[in-house]
Amino acid sequence: MNLDVRWPIGGMFSSFGAILIVYGLVSSPEIYQRSLGINVNLWWGVVLLLFGLVMLALAYRATRPPPPV
Amino acid sequence: MQHIQLGGIDYAILGVYFAFVLGIGWVLRRYVRNSEDFFIAGRSMPAWIAGLAFISANLGAQEVIGMAASGAKYGIMTSHFYWVGAMPAMVFVGLFMMPFYYGSRARSVPEYLKLRFDEKTRGLNAITFAIMTIFSSGISMYALAKLLELVLGWSFHASIIVTGIIVLIYIFLGGLKSAIYNEVLQFFLIVLGFLPLVLLGLKDIGGWQGLTSKLAVVATNAGFEPGAWSHSWKYTGAPTHNPMGIEWFGLIMGLGFAMSFGYWCTDFLVVQRAMAAGSMTAARRTPLIAAWPKMFMPLLVILPGMLAIGLHATRGGFLPIGADGHPNYNLAIPMLLAHYLPTGLLGLGLTALMASFMSGMAGNVTAFNTVWTYDIYQTYVRPGQTDRHYLRVGHAATVFGILASIVAAYAATRFNNINDILQLVFSFVNGPLFATFLLGMFWKRSTGHGAFAGLLTGTITAALHYGLTMPQGATPGIHGGFLGATLHTYPSEMALNFWTALFAWTGCFITTIVVSLLTKRTKTDDELRGLVYSLTPRIVEEAMPWYKRPVVLGILVLVVSAILNLIFW
Repeated sequence: MNLDVRWPIGGMFSSFGAILIVYGLVSSPEIYQRSLGINVNLWWGVVLLLFGLVMLALAYRATRPPPPV
Repeated sequence: MQHIQLGGIDYAILGVYFAFVLGIGWVLRRYVRNSEDFFIAGRSMPAWIAGLAFISANLGAQEVIGMAASGAKYGIMTSHFYWVGAMPAMVFVGLFMMPFYYGSRARSVPEYLKLRFDEKTRGLNAITFAIMTIFSSGISMYALAKLLELVLGWSFHASIIVTGIIVLIYIFLGGLKSAIYNEVLQFFLIVLGFLPLVLLGLKDIGGWQGLTSKLAVVATNAGFEPGAWSHSWKYTGAPTHNPMGIEWFGLIMGLGFAMSFGYWCTDFLVVQRAMAAGSMTAARRTPLIAAWPKMFMPLLVILPGMLAIGLHATRGGFLPIGADGHPNYNLAIPMLLAHYLPTGLLGLGLTALMASFMSGMAGNVTAFNTVWTYDIYQTYVRPGQTDRHYLRVGHAATVFGILASIVAAYAATRFNNINDILQLVFSFVNGPLFATFLLGMFWKRSTGHGAFAGLLTGTITAALHYGLTMPQGATPGIHGGFLGATLHTYPSEMALNFWTALFAWTGCFITTIVVSLLTKRTKTDDELRGLVYSLTPRIVEEAMPWYKRPVVLGILVLVVSAILNLIFW
């Protein structure tokens, strides 16, 4: 058929999530003073990764034949 | 002003984003086989994709920056652009107008005018639309490049050229489908990129309670009641009681009716997304699905402005002071980004800003290349060519559209007032459009001569009204009163704009009716089938669950918007 738009969306947000999680784990806590002491890179990275994975899962599910009734 | 410093990780995020938007264009290039694939995405989009693209194309940088600026300047009253303006208009276009846009099989809004009225009405609409689209795209390029220069110290030229080339490539390769897919991606990016900013800002300021107490300081400093920034309707009894300077009647009729219906129901930039939908039901559901995220958009674009002004008033110096002595409201979002987001999320926030800019620009360019190719080139320049020829013209028009936008962006740097003047001319031209479509779709007696005369008269009415009235405290010129005499003084510029739109609509409405009655119909009932309400068989709904039915969706949208109005009353 066609490109399912959920593939690139899922791919991009999973990549963003992965980048931010890794960076959140290795970056020094000082940079989080401005974000009220919260490691926002780590936490928002988790949110983005989950969103990306859900999109990928939906796109994957759409490629499979519907289950027999 | 000190520039925000970006780290390698911020650039990495920006780079990943660029790779994905270009990748979408690259993959979709295979599916562009004929001109309909390129210009209307082969009429194949599911409703949710068309719906998200519908609002994303409208969510350009000017919308994001401008709405945040209004949030700072006028507070929660800015939400009227959404809950009073956009919502009823989006429901109306989905339920009542889409059957004719989509059912007529027109490939563009001007083409509908040709089918319904006549050639000259289409020509007037197509040519003004093409010109305005290029200038809008250029102005928005200028605005973003200026902002990036100010905030990040990036080169103005580099910003314009890089973004221009990326948008060019993905539209050139994949046409409207590529633009729409990218708009969906950009939509999620804008939401997920700005949301952490809003959450952090709200937490810092002490939630809604904390925000209203800070906004009370803003309001009393400006000489209003303490709640003027945090109530949307309470102070609209008299224009002097609220920062927007407008009373409820002008608000509902000018903004809610004339301005918003004029934009959401007739602007090809958004209607094109619904025309690309795969079926009549999908086309009708497009604006109704779009209405849901649109309804909650104030949280992402208006709230940051309110947070910024609240912090500015109580902690001092949050927003830089502009040349006019007022805080530079346009910097509300960039300043919040710099204030709260560390390297990493900062990159995501800036990428979201870039995404909003690109989606707006791509919207303009795809609308332009379609109108240029189908309504101008195929009609007046070289009719009767092969489809392949028009596809090539579409490619060329895409390149031309981007180049012309860049030229317009540079023109905006050279002439200070050009933005204001153009916005003004656009509002004169757009003001009357909704009256033409309303009469065209619901009154079979309206004629081509009537529509054409109505459009011209509406535009002239708008210009006369604007030229003969003034907002309080302004000097005659670009802000009104340029015709010398001042017959009426409005309490604010906003009020003047709303009333101008209403005058344009009324001028067009009356003239179209009068001239139509004086002229003969040129189209038979048979030719108007599918174009006018009374001559079109009622749509038989496909079997579908109740929550997917356009009527149910439309009513739900209106009910929830009404509730939002009450919550923030």
